[in-house]
Amino acid sequence: MSTTHTIRPFLRLSGLEPLVVRPETNFLNVGERTNVTGSKKFARLIREGLYEEALSVARQQVESGAQIIDVNMDDALLDGEKAMTTFLNLLASEPDISRIPVMIDSSKFSVIEAGLKCLQGKCIVNSISLKEGEEKFIDQAIICQSYGASVVVMAFDENGQADTLEKRVTICQRAYDILVDRVGFDPQDIIFDPNIFAIATGIEEHNNYAVDFIEACRQIKQRMPLAKISGGVSNVSFSFRGNDVMREAMHSVFLFHAIRAGLDMGIVNAGMIQIYDEINPEMRELVEDAILNRRDDATERLIAYADTVKAKGKVIEKDETWRKGTVEERLSHALVNGITDYIEADTEEARQKYPRPLEVIEGPLMDGMNIVGDLFGSGKMFLPQVVKSARVMKKSVAVLTPFIEEEKARYVAENGGVIKSAGKILLATVKGDVHDIGKNIVGVVLGCNGYDIIDLGVMVPAEKILQAARDEKVDIIGLSGLITPSLDEMVHIARELKRQNFDIPLLIGGATTSRTHTAVKIAPEYDNGVVHVLDASRSVTVTGNLLNKSLHKNFLSEVKQEYHKLNEQFRNKKPVKQYLTLADARANKVPVDWNAFTPVKPVQPGIHEFQHYDLGEIAEYIDWNPFFIAWELHGKFPAILKDEVVGQQASDLFKDAQAMLKKIIDEKWLTARAVIGLFPANSNGLDTVIATSPDGAQVPLEFLRQQIKKAPGQPNISLSDFIAPAETGKQDWIGGFAVTAGEGIEKWLDKFKKEHDDYSSIMLKALADRLAEAFTELLHERVRKEFWGYATEEHLSNDQLIAEEYLGIRPAPGYPACPEHTEKYKLFDLLGATASTGITLTESLAMYPAASVSGWYFANPQSKYFGLGKIERDQLRDYAERKGWDLETAEKWLRPSLD
Amino acid sequence: MKSLHQCAAERILIIDGAMGTMIQRYKLQESDYRGKRFADHHSDVKGNNELLSITRPDIIEAIHREYLEAGADIIETNTFSATVIAQADYDLQHLAAEMNTASVKVARKAADDFTARNPEKPRFVAGAIGPLNKTLSISPDVNNPGFRSVTFDEVVDAYYEQIKALTEAGADILLIETIFDTLNAKGAIFAIKKYFRESGRPQLPVMISGTITDASGRTLSGQTLEAFYISVMHAKPFSIGLNCALGGSQMRPYVEELSQIANCYVSCYPNAGLPNTFGEYDETPHETACILEDFAKEGFVNIVGGCCGTTPDHIRHIAQHVKDIAPRPLPIVEATLA
Repeated sequence: MSTTHTIRPFLRLSGLEPLVVRPETNFLNVGERTNVTGSKKFARLIREGLYEEALSVARQQVESGAQIIDVNMDDALLDGEKAMTTFLNLLASEPDISRIPVMIDSSKFSVIEAGLKCLQGKCIVNSISLKEGEEKFIDQAIICQSYGASVVVMAFDENGQADTLEKRVTICQRAYDILVDRVGFDPQDIIFDPNIFAIATGIEEHNNYAVDFIEACRQIKQRMPLAKISGGVSNVSFSFRGNDVMREAMHSVFLFHAIRAGLDMGIVNAGMIQIYDEINPEMRELVEDAILNRRDDATERLIAYADTVKAKGKVIEKDETWRKGTVEERLSHALVNGITDYIEADTEEARQKYPRPLEVIEGPLMDGMNIVGDLFGSGKMFLPQVVKSARVMKKSVAVLTPFIEEEKARYVAENGGVIKSAGKILLATVKGDVHDIGKNIVGVVLGCNGYDIIDLGVMVPAEKILQAARDEKVDIIGLSGLITPSLDEMVHIARELKRQNFDIPLLIGGATTSRTHTAVKIAPEYDNGVVHVLDASRSVTVTGNLLNKSLHKNFLSEVKQEYHKLNEQFRNKKPVKQYLTLADARANKVPVDWNAFTPVKPVQPGIHEFQHYDLGEIAEYIDWNPFFIAWELHGKFPAILKDEVVGQQASDLFKDAQAMLKKIIDEKWLTARAVIGLFPANSNGLDTVIATSPDGAQVPLEFLRQQIKKAPGQPNISLSDFIAPAETGKQDWIGGFAVTAGEGIEKWLDKFKKEHDDYSSIMLKALADRLAEAFTELLHERVRKEFWGYATEEHLSNDQLIAEEYLGIRPAPGYPACPEHTEKYKLFDLLGATASTGITLTESLAMYPAASVSGWYFANPQSKYFGLGKIERDQLRDYAERKGWDLETAEKWLRPSLD
Repeated sequence: MKSLHQCAAERILIIDGAMGTMIQRYKLQESDYRGKRFADHHSDVKGNNELLSITRPDIIEAIHREYLEAGADIIETNTFSATVIAQADYDLQHLAAEMNTASVKVARKAADDFTARNPEKPRFVAGAIGPLNKTLSISPDVNNPGFRSVTFDEVVDAYYEQIKALTEAGADILLIETIFDTLNAKGAIFAIKKYFRESGRPQLPVMISGTITDASGRTLSGQTLEAFYISVMHAKPFSIGLNCALGGSQMRPYVEELSQIANCYVSCYPNAGLPNTFGEYDETPHETACILEDFAKEGFVNIVGGCCGTTPDHIRHIAQHVKDIAPRPLPIVEATLA
């Protein structure tokens, strides 16, 4: 399998992205406008400290094609080191600029070194030379090398600047030998600047400067083929300052010849080069005469010609205020930027302008949304922005809808028939599951792309989904779910689709779903297309492929093949794992020295209710990481706020979240309720924990045990190991909790729905989830310190709480350590949870309201979270017996843990 | 005895797994961290793992021995945060150098014992150089993107002290790891070059290991993988690689890319998968080993091991799975463009 690669000696540079200079690279533009000596505007901005604007000069260079950006702060009135540092640090936070490498340009080495300290990428130092002797040259070269920079070496020595061909070549060769032989520089990291001087100055000695430079390039490349050559191209036309037409032509002609001779890069205004072939032929000939010094009178003739051409003014058009644009432009701007302020007035204006209201949607609105779609698809826009754009779209459509309906009614009355959309997509969260943030996001994104969305909501039974699909003649069904039993429900729906002879594709999405599960369990059940969709952004491509007649077949057969392969891989992978018998696994339980450890008796045993808990206090316990994940923004909080790519979006989103959170708290949008209980309990050695309820009933809590063969010394864990066995004679305890922060949410969701505001709707759900989790964290802390009181000395920050640096755990039925959901019934019974918190359980054991959390408390210092992994048939039978189930029921509830 | 280079040419080398994960298993309390010597220190030190090299060297040595027992060729010193900058969190800046010296000492002792037992399999001590808790390319203040909480010179000074202590205490390798801001790593490289230039000692092999933070394929400071590699090539590293943040399966495309562009050895020591809902790593030793075995078979890697969440079991499985697979051959580095 191994192949030996070959690494070639290319000059390699980097900003955020690599720049590899290969022989075929031709010529690199080094942007020159961020140079205080060359650009008056840039010099003024820097002197006045207007760095933000100065950055826009840099951005413009990148946009007009610069591949490297030259930065020069050599101005007598400036503190060069400080200006260089400030500018480069700011540049680092602009990924659209800092993606390309920087050339640090200064005649002062201290300024160069200041610049080197700011750049993470591999940059170019411009320049060092032999001007002050070999020793200094070597010192500076070693410093550049220590920072990992390439260097521009000026053709300059102790005697001055090289102005003849011979001097140019000799000095470069000498510098090269010192760098390579004595400093150990890689030859490809050396870039020579053999001095471009002005020609056509009227001084005869200057006439051959360009020719000498070009010839020097040729000879340097011959002798030192890996070295590169650069130059300040605009110098050549210095005598025609003010006449950009002439200068552009001179640059083009000069470059045309110099590049062929070996010039690799040049400092140029990328916007100031003419295309060689497009120069007026008469002018090109005159310029060429001067550059190549072909006639004695070349300069005079060029000057004479220059007077006849007028410099054309170049003005870059820029709309100062987007409100001045046409209505189409304004709609597009509002959509792309998510601005709702004027959308109703603008829509109305457009409606009056267009003959039919539908044309406003099909025209300017869809154009705008296409831009949004493209930006999102290419990763230049992020989900929160898209949802905001969708809000603008919905508001605009809401203005148009009555007119469209009216027109439709008229049309149908006059002609009969129906009107067809891009496609109809049915979305539903499956039976037993109440989670719908992800599904709603998919709905919004697909809606933006012109599809009709039929959203059946949450907890939708299979029959209803199939019925609606048939009645509405939908083109695709999309299913979503978050909890593990939903996976089975999806399998069930796939079977039903087959049984009822459906032929439309089925999309699978949601946090517990995966490509593998889809390939292994769902796809084999239905032949007419099952596709797992990872996130909202993929849903657009997948839907597009499925509804495109020419792509449909190929796409599905590719997916089918892929899933078939995954399925095989999955099945072939299985036998690798080895399992213990349940008896052996039990013999290898977590070793707890019960002689040495006495469980702590709770300070306040029994049940404790919390009604209308202070949301402000809860909010301080929020872990924001999952919030950003819900919005498909990836990165750690709070670093994500400064992320190069998504930082701006994350910050905006966070600001909006804070604003809404404040309202939720101040205006009491939600009600937080909870109940906790601490019960006497002992384990029985057979993975059951017998808890005593407040009314004295003995409640057996059933746990499962890891059965995979572990490495020597590693136990096969069961949560029951963390509770003292009855035979120790020591009384132990187990806790339970049920927490919600979702009460009252419906009213607000209805309101947002009426306002076509999916953004706020999704935001509120995400925040309610966070509050429920935060409330859980807060209560767990109070349990440890106060109610159970086994960790009274604990002092942890929120970050430490999130990192779970406390003693004890709070695993939830349905999650990895105890994946069997039905134990939740016992938990709720013990706590009387539904009565005190209003949380109900669906038939799949999801909690309603969705923003709820429940679980067990374990206090043992050795207790820890773990994944159960797969179990064997002997444990399945044992568990069925313990629960009083038949095997089929046990298989149903334990399916995720079975192979 | 075979040199590091000879060993790397012959086989895939194994680097150890997580130190923090193993320390956590000891459930140490504030008093364990303090020992007698720091009983009166004015701030909490629990969680300052580097301090344990001074107060509980027995634990650190025991962990090293577990990894050596599991088959690690290279063990990392307990010095990830042993710099004046990182130790400022505990107001223990003055101990940074001592932590490095003490950490090398315990690792050295454990490694030498194992080498003596089986000279055919020499063990190497890599001085671990972490990324610091302050970044040179990223502003900690959203409203002031030009602000930096630390200067390049401060970073160089901090690393210089660490590198000097690691080298003089007898480390075999310097390992700059978990790089999420390349400029910090460039500070470490600068300090390495400076130290060896000034001390006149022969330079130790340098291993460099960056961190791709998510599916964007970039470092936290925004560089693509190739841009990152180009930015640190001047260190002329013994190896370049990736660790942390991702599990092996998420790292695959990046390790593959590195194997194509790197002109030195390639290393990969991923986390034990991605953290689950509880922030725990639950990829089993077997699973991690299968992923790395695949990398080895594809010819992507020369050095493999584990990062967060991995344990001696993971390392044992990894060592077993790759032991008969040939290492990635070093690329041919051409001297001319012809």
